[in-house]
Amino acid sequence: MTATEAAPQARQKSVGQPLRRKEDARLVTGKTNWTDNIVLPGMLHMAVLRSPMAHARIAKVDVSAALERPGVVAAYSGADLGDKNVGALCVWPVTDDMVMPPHLALAVDKVRYVGDAVAVVIAGDRYQAADALEAIEVDYEPLPPVLDMRAALEDGSTAVHDDPGTNKCYTWKFGNGDYEAAKAKADRVFTRHYVNQRLIPMAMEPRSVVAAPTGPDGDVTLWSATQIPHIVRVLMALTTGIPENKIRVIAPDVGGGFGSKLQFYREEILAVQIASMLGRPVKWTETRSENAQVTHHGRDQLQEIELAVTNEGKILGLRVDLLANMGAYLHIITPGTPLLGAFMFNGIYKMDALDFTCTGVFTNTTPTDAYRGAGRPEATFAIERIMDDLAAELEVDPLELRERNWITHEEFPYTSINTLEYDTGNYEAATARAKEMFDYDGLRREQQQRREAKDPVQLGIGVSTFTEMCGLAPSRVLSSLKYVAGGWEHATVRVLPTGAVEVVTGTSPHGQGHVTAWSQIAADALGVDPDAVSVIYGDTATSPYGMDTYGSRSLVVGGMAVVAAAERVVDKARLIAAHMLEADPDDLEFVDGTFGVRGSPGSTKTIQEVAFEAFTAHNLPEGVEPTLQANSTIDPSTFSFPHGTHLCAVEVDTETGMSKIRKYVCVDDIGNVVNPMIVEGQVHGGLAQGIAQALYEEAVYDDAGNLVTGSLVDYLVPAAPDLPFFDTDRTVTPSTTNPLGVKGVGEAGTIASTPAVVNAVVDAVRQFGVQDIRMALTPERVWRAIHESGSTGGERAAEGTVVYGGAATESTAGGAQ
Amino acid sequence: MQIQVTVDGQQRVDEVEPRLLLVHYLRERVGKVGTPVGCDTSNCGACTVQVDGQTVKSCSLLAVQADGTEVTTIEGLANGEWHQVQTSFKECHGLQCGYCTPGMIMAAIDLLKENPDPSETQIRDGLEGNLCRCTGYHNIVKSVQHAAAQGGAR
Repeated sequence: MTATEAAPQARQKSVGQPLRRKEDARLVTGKTNWTDNIVLPGMLHMAVLRSPMAHARIAKVDVSAALERPGVVAAYSGADLGDKNVGALCVWPVTDDMVMPPHLALAVDKVRYVGDAVAVVIAGDRYQAADALEAIEVDYEPLPPVLDMRAALEDGSTAVHDDPGTNKCYTWKFGNGDYEAAKAKADRVFTRHYVNQRLIPMAMEPRSVVAAPTGPDGDVTLWSATQIPHIVRVLMALTTGIPENKIRVIAPDVGGGFGSKLQFYREEILAVQIASMLGRPVKWTETRSENAQVTHHGRDQLQEIELAVTNEGKILGLRVDLLANMGAYLHIITPGTPLLGAFMFNGIYKMDALDFTCTGVFTNTTPTDAYRGAGRPEATFAIERIMDDLAAELEVDPLELRERNWITHEEFPYTSINTLEYDTGNYEAATARAKEMFDYDGLRREQQQRREAKDPVQLGIGVSTFTEMCGLAPSRVLSSLKYVAGGWEHATVRVLPTGAVEVVTGTSPHGQGHVTAWSQIAADALGVDPDAVSVIYGDTATSPYGMDTYGSRSLVVGGMAVVAAAERVVDKARLIAAHMLEADPDDLEFVDGTFGVRGSPGSTKTIQEVAFEAFTAHNLPEGVEPTLQANSTIDPSTFSFPHGTHLCAVEVDTETGMSKIRKYVCVDDIGNVVNPMIVEGQVHGGLAQGIAQALYEEAVYDDAGNLVTGSLVDYLVPAAPDLPFFDTDRTVTPSTTNPLGVKGVGEAGTIASTPAVVNAVVDAVRQFGVQDIRMALTPERVWRAIHESGSTGGERAAEGTVVYGGAATESTAGGAQ
Repeated sequence: MQIQVTVDGQQRVDEVEPRLLLVHYLRERVGKVGTPVGCDTSNCGACTVQVDGQTVKSCSLLAVQADGTEVTTIEGLANGEWHQVQTSFKECHGLQCGYCTPGMIMAAIDLLKENPDPSETQIRDGLEGNLCRCTGYHNIVKSVQHAAAQGGAR
């Protein structure tokens, strides 16, 4: 479209404004539509009997006694379901020889983790269904649980899956340049071993599903608290054999996901199959303890990372060797999740060689899969940790070491050693701004004073200069990684006869604020008010095409589809307006929602008038179809690469091991922004989850494979006193890969913050000979690291619950903006 | 057992099982689905309501214990116009997915009733029983500060 520069009364652009969210009116008044709210006539409730053993053969399952319980309508074991007991799918076979064992909706031969589904009861209400579970008889023959990844790979280890009898799922290699040559040229080779512990996503809304037979021909509607209604529909058709056009999947209000609802779950299959069999709606809502036990986990890597460097700290090569815990089964992208990190271990640094190996390992634990950042936080943690460790070894400032190695802003676009082209960035600018906000030099001076004074409370400063790849994903890249689907996104934009605008998007929000942001984008493109735009999403009947929301992709892929569709609407409207104005389309300009003929001031048609003309179709130009709408499907050509500099100051009480964040500064560069308020919120939430990994959260199994952090009593999701205000700012280096110049922000805070915090704590106590401390950095671990020579704090007492309180934080300046 | 409860101004008489949790009564019998359930252990506070003006996690009370009380949920809060705390949460982007929001707003109202001009630390401590996974609490604390500045104790 064309725009008149400096038009006297041009409407203010909505993109870039901190528009208050359109979503919030419902959410703050309780007028919500969570899946668990849904009540349908004749609806039944499902409860799932779960294995109390990590590893056992199932000798017998007998549900008959459960059928006698009050209110019970049906009960099934896996065998009872017969050929309806189909498997959940993994869509990412990362190597040709990857082991992909069956993952049936109900386990039949063995149970493979505590929480593995064994049988279900269907009853009149949720209390009756839960009560009847205890009447189901199951005989288990216990097997030794496989819990430790290294032990799992040893010859003779018990196998989680009898076929093929090995716990190795795959070994995946990736490299560029000659690492051995780089090593030979290096002055030193610096190796570190880090543990990136297992986390539980813990979205506040537990998962919930309702399946209802909705027609005479086997049609079924599934409401699910999912991030991916479109993908669930495809996978449901593939697994159950129900024709895809008879399946409708609806994701109503979804209360957070963070990757845990980027999944195709057994309970979705069970609800659909059983509702279809019984001809009645079936609902299942997980308890929080089920959520902790069976909704997929994240992270869980043993990381070996090695830098070949010169004495000046110039990186020549990087070698990474990972063991990645798959858990007991492969969920949709379990094996691929750690590999998304393969491209992020080199971070923002230039080097000659990269050598990456990852081995996926089966254990008798909850399956892992994508959790906010998905592979990229793990990679960023390792590279940013080792950069601080290397700086200490070389006795240079950690920011100085980074500057010696990072890509300078003049060098963009830059093809990194990971073979991907980084679009834009300015690491110098973000770092300079962060140092200024942080008072880096002042805090370094204070740190020195405290060291000299032998203050029991020591100050540590941690650095993280991260980049990430956003916008999953160019379909050709996914193809090269053997992912079985594409990464495109779809949008439809309609101007209705009355002038109201509908945007249909294939992205599927679960708290981000897409309705607001997409309204802003469409409003600017069409020259209308954002309030005149409504956004339709999350229902395969009304938004039939989409690849959903994850991987910081919604704006950079889905948002661009909205832009492109809106431009097509304007293109069509231009033809109709020209016809109405009896002018040449090329002589029209489109400003603030109105077509005008250049040089002929009175001669105008608004887009609303054009829409009505397109509706009546009484007088359309030759070859132009009625209605004013257009579609676009965008397949991104490449990723975008946001980046940022995060600085964290932590006070560590050396007598108690307690760590308190004193100041957290982050300057992110995510290109242009559509809504700075939403962006800010995404950063805050991301920081909280990354800081939580560093200080608070860890999924712990005991020796028998019981999850001892199986509720919010034992798994420490931080509360308000556990976190500080964040001092945030942005630099703006627009992306060159999309018309809005945006990058992606959903995961940035999580990816960057974990190493910043751990680096700060280690920086505070390195003077006592500490090189590393295991996450989560509990006071006990920090104390042990200080007081037990050579210790990294050790394992957490597996039999215990969380015995430490949260580290209360002092507030900082109160956050920017 | 028969209970008599006033929910958001509406008087009700219901037969309930003695074991029925108040939150399930509100959601499934009264239809007050604006109050969600987030955990089984009374840690998350998503289900927070007021019972006779006192803030209560409705998963930790039986429906029969609410007999003879007045219950106010998030749905009964707006009286013609929004409560200041609701307005402030929207204004300050104190919510994202919104699942914790009903409980967080109820807890914040109680906090401001006790202390109309709380410090940052007092706000954080006052909201300790309510978990949010989206916001990192930054804008929740800002929302409560905003509400306090607007005289939000009401």
